[in-house]
Amino acid sequence: MIRVILPPHLRGLAHVNGEVELEVAGQVTQRSVLDALEARYPMLSGTIRDHVTQQRRPFLRFFACGEDLSHEQPDAPLPDAIASGAEPLLILGAIAGG
Amino acid sequence: MSKVRVLVGTRKGAFILTSDGKRNNWDVSGPHFAGWEIYHVKGSTADPNRIFASQTSGWFGQVIQRSDDGGKTWIQPGTPPGESTTGPGGAPKGESNKFVYDDSKETGKPLTTHQFYDGTQHPWEFKRVWHLEPSLTDPETVYAGVEDAAIFRSTDAGKSWQELAGLRGHGTGPRWQPGAGGMCLHTIILDPKNPKRIFVAISAAGAFRTDDDGATWRPINQGLYSKYIPEPTAEVGHCVHRIALHPSRPDVLFMQKHWDVMRTDNAGDSWQKISGNLPTDFGFVIDVHAHEPETVYVVPIKSDGEHFPLDGKLRVYRSRSGGNEWQELSKGLPERDCYVNVLRDAMAVDSLDKCGVYFGTTGGQVYASADAGDNWAPIVRDLPPVLSVEVQTFA
Repeated sequence: MIRVILPPHLRGLAHVNGEVELEVAGQVTQRSVLDALEARYPMLSGTIRDHVTQQRRPFLRFFACGEDLSHEQPDAPLPDAIASGAEPLLILGAIAGG
Repeated sequence: MSKVRVLVGTRKGAFILTSDGKRNNWDVSGPHFAGWEIYHVKGSTADPNRIFASQTSGWFGQVIQRSDDGGKTWIQPGTPPGESTTGPGGAPKGESNKFVYDDSKETGKPLTTHQFYDGTQHPWEFKRVWHLEPSLTDPETVYAGVEDAAIFRSTDAGKSWQELAGLRGHGTGPRWQPGAGGMCLHTIILDPKNPKRIFVAISAAGAFRTDDDGATWRPINQGLYSKYIPEPTAEVGHCVHRIALHPSRPDVLFMQKHWDVMRTDNAGDSWQKISGNLPTDFGFVIDVHAHEPETVYVVPIKSDGEHFPLDGKLRVYRSRSGGNEWQELSKGLPERDCYVNVLRDAMAVDSLDKCGVYFGTTGGQVYASADAGDNWAPIVRDLPPVLSVEVQTFA
């Protein structure tokens, strides 16, 4: 089971509290996790990555196991600790604006 | 029993203010979508319980919300939770927050460039929905004005959106440019007498009109004079802040331009300046009395560099003669130390016998007048900065 922690605004939009747990078939990558996330919570489509380009939104970052994975390739495998569910994938909004 | 519902969009959520027809005591609900920018909330005249909201964020992009019960509950129209977001063959399904410019050979236009702040050309990029305009007759149809400037239409109550690409593809796009708030299509007016006619306004491109239900468009800016652009009488490039009309007389439109208050009597074919005795003719909002087509309201703002009222006194100005002669309205409005702005979508009128007028400020106040502007009082004083105000009247 893959664990994902969403920023508060997206938790509200998806009507979830706390972590999200997802089944991900095949290799666990940013793309496969986000595909699974959007399939379960379609209202999140377009909020984390652009509808058309599939690029991560500029003010969002991905962290896991204490590392910034934002600039990893979307199809690169995520750390084993994410794939095993030991650690969550953290999606953070930049601290900016008011 | 008559009732008024005021729909308020703010920088940090939406609020719904309701009162009976006396408009003395108000119930406030909200914040809805707390923490998100709500650029616009507007109800359908065809089904007043249906309300659309534009929820947006610099972090998370665009979301469209819809209520079918007068704002008590909200949904994001589109794919239900648990259902795949892709259809047969893997093609993405239509989604309520998916605004993709139509560059298909069959129905669209090439995704061209517009002028950027520094004068260079810049590709069109979708950022947010500024304005939602429900159809006057069909509760399933709603229009969206977006940044970068384009108009979209949904015919399934907001589930999916298609661009009316003839506007963006009109050919003058390379001369459109963003105003300080971005290159936004912020005004959509559906002609109540001619279902094929739509007016839109774009900052900074100007006003445009279609007479064939959105297939083709033409600029309607003759008579505008903008001294801050290289060619002050250019066909496009004018920073129009807002236009408004009275439903009984849709060929007469009133415009608050960056500077100048304007009027047309021929559906935009030509405009005349009606600033008259206004103390400053810079501003954002403009609206028309519900029962008097020649009664117009503006809120003068000091200048384009100082977005607040003159001398710290918040004032509405009313013309009962269709412009040129303006009367200062001050009873109940701040007399000193007021340095708020009133943004372009933040004024509306109700249609009760004694026309109510409403406007919201960047200081979080929503003011109401139940007597056409003679007397004012705040409904609320401490909301987040107000982006938009709309009114629904239940007679």
